Amino acid sequence: MIDITTTYMGLPLRSPIVASASPLCDSLENIRRFEESGVGAVVLPSLFEEQLELESHATHSDLSRGAESFAESLNYFPNLQNYNLGPDAYLELIRKARVSVSIPVIASLNGISVGGWTHHAKLMEQAGASALELNIYDVVSDAHHRGSKIEEDYCELVRQVKACVRIPVAVKISPFFTAIANMAKQLDDAGADALVLFNRFYQPDIDIDSLEIVPSLTLSQSQELPLRLHWVAILHGLVRANLAVTGGVHSGRNVLKAMMAGAHVAMMTSAFFQSGIRHANVVLHEMSQWMEEHEYDSIQQMRGSMSRRSVPNPSAFDRANYIRVLSSYTLNPRRAAAKAAPGSARTE
Amino acid sequence: MTRRTAILDGNEAAADVAYRLNEVIAIYPITPASPMGEWSDQWQGEARKNIWGAVPKVIEMQSEGGAAGVLHGALQAGALGTTFTASQGLLLMIPNMYKIAGELTSTVIHVAARTVAAHALSIFGDHSDVMAARATGFAMLCSNSVQEAADFALIAQAAALESRIPFLHFFDGFRTSHELNLIFPLSDDDLRALVDETLVRKHRERGLSPDHPVLRGTAQNPDVFFQSREAINPFYRACPTIVQDVMDRFASRTGRAYKLFGYVGAPDADRIIVMMGSGTGPVEETIERLRSRGEKVGLLKVRLFRPFAPSSLLAALPKTATAVAVLDRTKEPGSIAEPLYLDVVAALNESPSARPRVIGGRFGLSSKEFTPAMAKSVFDELKKTAPKNHFTVGIVDDVTHTSLEYDRDFSTEDPQTVRAVFYGLGSDGTVGANKNSIKIIGKRTDNYAQGYFVYDSKKAGSVTVSHLRFGPRPIRSSYLISKASFVACHQFQFLERMDVLASAEPGATFLLNAPLPPTEVWNHLPEPVQQHIINKRLKFYVIDAYKVARETGMAGRINTVMQTCFFAISGVLPREEAIEAIKDAVRDTYGKRGDAVVEKNFAAVDQTLAHLHSVNVPQQASSGMRVLPPVPQRAPSFVLNVLGPIIAGQGDSLPVSAMPIDGTFPTGTSKWEKRNITQQIPVWDEELCIQCGKCVLVCPHAVIRAKVFDSSELRAAPSTFKSAKPRWRELENLRYTLQVSPEDCTGCRLCVEVCPAKSKSEAKHKAINMEPQEPLREAESANWNFFTSLPDLDRERLSPSHVKDVQLLAPLFEFSGACAGCGETPYIKLLTQLFGDRLLIANATGCSSIYGGNLPTTPYTANHHGRGPAWSNSLFEDNAEFGLGMRLAVDKQADYARILVARQASILGETLVSGLLTSDQSTEADIAAQRERVAELKRKLSSQDSSEVRDLLAVADSLVRKSVWLVGGDGWAYDIGAGGLDHVLGSGAKVNVLVLDTEVYSNTGGQMSKATPRAAVAKFATGGKQTAKKDLALEAISYGSVYVARVAMGGNDTHTVKAFLEAEAYDGPSLIIAYSHCIAHGYDLAFGMEQQRAAVLSGYWPLLRYNPVLRAEGRNPFQLDSRAPSIPLRKYLYQEARYSMLARNNAEEAVRLLELAQGDVDLRWKVYSNHALGNETPVVSQPETVTSAQHAHQDGDAT
Repeated sequence: MIDITTTYMGLPLRSPIVASASPLCDSLENIRRFEESGVGAVVLPSLFEEQLELESHATHSDLSRGAESFAESLNYFPNLQNYNLGPDAYLELIRKARVSVSIPVIASLNGISVGGWTHHAKLMEQAGASALELNIYDVVSDAHHRGSKIEEDYCELVRQVKACVRIPVAVKISPFFTAIANMAKQLDDAGADALVLFNRFYQPDIDIDSLEIVPSLTLSQSQELPLRLHWVAILHGLVRANLAVTGGVHSGRNVLKAMMAGAHVAMMTSAFFQSGIRHANVVLHEMSQWMEEHEYDSIQQMRGSMSRRSVPNPSAFDRANYIRVLSSYTLNPRRAAAKAAPGSARTE
Repeated sequence: MTRRTAILDGNEAAADVAYRLNEVIAIYPITPASPMGEWSDQWQGEARKNIWGAVPKVIEMQSEGGAAGVLHGALQAGALGTTFTASQGLLLMIPNMYKIAGELTSTVIHVAARTVAAHALSIFGDHSDVMAARATGFAMLCSNSVQEAADFALIAQAAALESRIPFLHFFDGFRTSHELNLIFPLSDDDLRALVDETLVRKHRERGLSPDHPVLRGTAQNPDVFFQSREAINPFYRACPTIVQDVMDRFASRTGRAYKLFGYVGAPDADRIIVMMGSGTGPVEETIERLRSRGEKVGLLKVRLFRPFAPSSLLAALPKTATAVAVLDRTKEPGSIAEPLYLDVVAALNESPSARPRVIGGRFGLSSKEFTPAMAKSVFDELKKTAPKNHFTVGIVDDVTHTSLEYDRDFSTEDPQTVRAVFYGLGSDGTVGANKNSIKIIGKRTDNYAQGYFVYDSKKAGSVTVSHLRFGPRPIRSSYLISKASFVACHQFQFLERMDVLASAEPGATFLLNAPLPPTEVWNHLPEPVQQHIINKRLKFYVIDAYKVARETGMAGRINTVMQTCFFAISGVLPREEAIEAIKDAVRDTYGKRGDAVVEKNFAAVDQTLAHLHSVNVPQQASSGMRVLPPVPQRAPSFVLNVLGPIIAGQGDSLPVSAMPIDGTFPTGTSKWEKRNITQQIPVWDEELCIQCGKCVLVCPHAVIRAKVFDSSELRAAPSTFKSAKPRWRELENLRYTLQVSPEDCTGCRLCVEVCPAKSKSEAKHKAINMEPQEPLREAESANWNFFTSLPDLDRERLSPSHVKDVQLLAPLFEFSGACAGCGETPYIKLLTQLFGDRLLIANATGCSSIYGGNLPTTPYTANHHGRGPAWSNSLFEDNAEFGLGMRLAVDKQADYARILVARQASILGETLVSGLLTSDQSTEADIAAQRERVAELKRKLSSQDSSEVRDLLAVADSLVRKSVWLVGGDGWAYDIGAGGLDHVLGSGAKVNVLVLDTEVYSNTGGQMSKATPRAAVAKFATGGKQTAKKDLALEAISYGSVYVARVAMGGNDTHTVKAFLEAEAYDGPSLIIAYSHCIAHGYDLAFGMEQQRAAVLSGYWPLLRYNPVLRAEGRNPFQLDSRAPSIPLRKYLYQEARYSMLARNNAEEAVRLLELAQGDVDLRWKVYSNHALGNETPVVSQPETVTSAQHAHQDGDAT
């Protein structure tokens, strides 16, 4: 019998596949289907503190617009008893999910103030979340904000959240740090129980016909996986925190790579969007089959087996790898034929 | 025993009782009664129970006639039922009211009494509606105050059950229905104590049931109808005693004693006023004052008007009375006098005892102020040996001289009562804050409190005036405050336009919101304001409330800031307690809108006092600034002398002689009312502009215009006037200008959002950009005036089917009072651009009749030939029929003219006659040629004189083709006027119908209509509309002979223009259903066109044209003009609060309804596509299920 169980931040999981934060995890029905399909845990969609504030203001303006101005229409909407503008609906989802499924339910939070982070973290814990995932999603466009200060703030935030909750806390970060390893170490020192690599962001695109900025978020591709594998492989063993891969995990083979690089779990969403929640079964089957064919006993056995510290030539994870890729690319016959086109190399 | 109190208005007070005493509540919105239905609907949504423990069923009907029908049916089947209405609504119930009364059915209809439309519509209060129903057999019980509105709602119900006579319980619209006052509400136990369960059971037993079948509603013949009618007499005889008994039982339970005719005043009074309604308050105050001077005066308050009880009247009237004045709040032209007077005279006439002299008078029509000064003038009149009979009071009648003089300085205001007047803008939250203040004071102090609010007749930039009284004695002053102890002006710019301090009494406090520090503010005040402050020794405080609001993230909402100032200065409560109370109120009011809003309001409260300053007032006025006149001196005399005072808020001073006798007003007057309501206006970049005309097309207020003109005209242009080379073939040698009217713009930004021309170097800069108005005002006004003097390009050189060319057609609808960013007005403006000089409009009541026809000024205007739309509003329900009548008249006159033309052939000549009779006038050129022929006819006949020639000259203009349009909203077309509209469309007559579909009753505040889409929240659809929108287009298409178009200007403007042209050209009925974004949809209307586009892209609003002409050509008349849905419905819906608020309130239900709504869209698309393929039988199939994944994709952090 092949053992595909794993642990994540101390939580025993029956499989290393975790449904990552997305609207798919927004309904009890889907969460139940995830459990039935074999995933090890679900991460609920992120609760955005900023969004709560925006929603509150939007509701206020919507209800106030045109009100008390004209004798025949002193307002334009019925007086509803409540609007779920606070975290209540989210907390209710946690509560209901916890009693509906036996797999861990991880709450995800994106705050904008230290007070907001800790306040909501406590509420999530009280609502019964198995763990928290802090989704550090921030576009720092102010040129006066120093990176080192921002890094310090992130760590302080993790310390504060850790100080106010007992459940494990994961931190989901982006790959856009100058020194990811150092950042990971700092977060580790701050008490993070897991690091989730990496966040994918909405990326504004430019519509050249309408001259407008259009928000875009495409579903992830397997090509995005190597970046994650790269850093998990480097961080494995460097940090105490568990590691999770998110972004580009679409197949059983992808999950196995993540495990070999050193991850405790592999998170998926895009594949579920494309192939449905039952796709988890397919992935698990593919994994198990491969493990059987290759005579692996357990996930535990392979974890980190291909990490930087476990491979014979660690420089493959360093700059040397970059050079090799480039040179192999230059030696590609098609590339050689295209050499005539000047400047094209820079675009690759 | 201390009893709880509440601050309510009359509507809520009455509805609170009515709801708890009924099982079936049939409703329909009509001002000022709508809130009673809205409260009921809300309580039903909250599952509030009646006194029997059940939740009443509240159902909105398609009209008041429908509501009365449902009520009748519910009563007949044994339920306890009620309805609420006013004015025309009550009139529509009259047929059923006769039936309900004739069948001795216990019910109560609650009426917020409102003026019935005559020479003009009015939403305000008087008794003309109630009086129109007085013959129905309903008992009529009148409440004079908010407290009575609650009490009499109960008394009426109890008496109706006992007497079996249905009751009409009424109170004054607005003055009582909308006045906030402190009352002692009735508990469920109070209700149970008064309503006899045995009688309720008897009522049920009388209900129709197959278990004990009877038949009711027979047809009777001459032999017995009369006798049957008289058989009810005992019930009417018994009714007054029953009512008095109920009142006595009520008194013993509550301590509030009422009489059928309640007398107050001197027991030995010689002069008495008899009246009913809210006017009794000021009369009572007057009596107290006059008695303190030793005068013997009294008031008889009529409570039970029907059945009229002469013996009770005589018993209540002091025997000492020598002179009686009966005041009626209604007018019956042609009658000897008004009804209450006639009843009193008849009662006295039938009395054997000595009779006092009786005179009658009218007061308070359409909420005209009725003050103690006016009451005193009536008592003074009664002193005279030959008092004026059939008088009026409150106006100056210089035509038939009915009016009484009165002393405007006479006042009965109690010095112990705080009297505060607040001037604000609708958008700044002043009224909401004042409503909270009243509730705070009512709750936290022993004071009585009253609030009344005066609103604007415009929807954009509307001014509000709040009148608040607080004091230790009950407040009966049902009139505006004219001697204020506190005046607050929340908008600095008001000072140059209105005399806000006119009502300030000496020593009063003045609070001003000014964007200036306390040391500078004095020098920026107009001189009259300075004079008021000095002469009346006002205590003057100033705050820069917008600064505080900005700094605390409150944007333009200064309400909390100003409210804090009021409490801090007025001392009604200790400061600390006041601040705590304000925060409580903020939590109560905004708590459910989320913590962020509450926190920001708290911050605003906390930061206010540091910015509030007392101003040192100099001894002398030093300002040279004057108050601006309402209209310029060069305006026409009617505008200057009649409309000007109305604009300035002094319409009350206009005498009868100033008024048109039949409600006819000149058009083209809105241009004189420069309102300057926006801080920012669009500015044209002539370099970047591609002259597409989209901004001109969408501008809801016609403040952006384009002209092409000869370059020689520029010689007289102001220096900042801009022009560019026209981008039209063959017009290159002329000049093009896009001009904005800076003082008429509402700042809605639709133009900027729709502008497609962006700078290649800086994308945010467009061909039209918003910039501060104030620095541009003077120069752009001069440019505008010059622009309007430029000639219009000859229409024949333009192709009206191109949006680009439409911009050069002069709009004959401008500067309306519609909301900023209105989605309806662009369509009306387009209508006037295309056909305005030969256009007749029949306009259903609603937003379009209000911004189209509410005084003071009218947006419909004429071109330089003096031709323009002729417009009229009949009613809400009959507009299709009204417009059809216009068509028939126009056609008959043209027929007659053609007959006469043929008869005058010898004078006119064969060529002219043939031209006149055969021109099909299908193009602008044809129409111009026909106009020329008519001119020639007039020239040729000018020297002739015969009866026929005079007739022909009178009807000759009808030979030019007229365009008759029936305009109205979805409330009319889908609901109340649906039957008439259907009939008119089926008549085959050449009328054009424009439905401005906002999908709710916009004008009355967003109630559901059958045009409301599934999943949208609306009033009366609190939990989201459960059923799909009616497909009016398909209904009309089913005739096969009606031109039908479904358009959305933001979805495809060319399509819209084409549809208008085709509809008008079609020789038969046409129907255009125009998607109109609306403030009731809940989003920033600057994005209205973008939402229209989304509506089309999502397939929610497919564009179509059904043109029967094509069938004759062997083609498919059904043209589907938009592409298959390319975005999910939710992308469109959740931009609007009407949908998103359901998602915020009840997410699961929102998801369920969204799926159904997506199914509606999918199904409709299938049906339409099938039609477009030419299939005669539409495919109807179950909507496809839409998976959440399909809709959820690309949301959140998809990993």
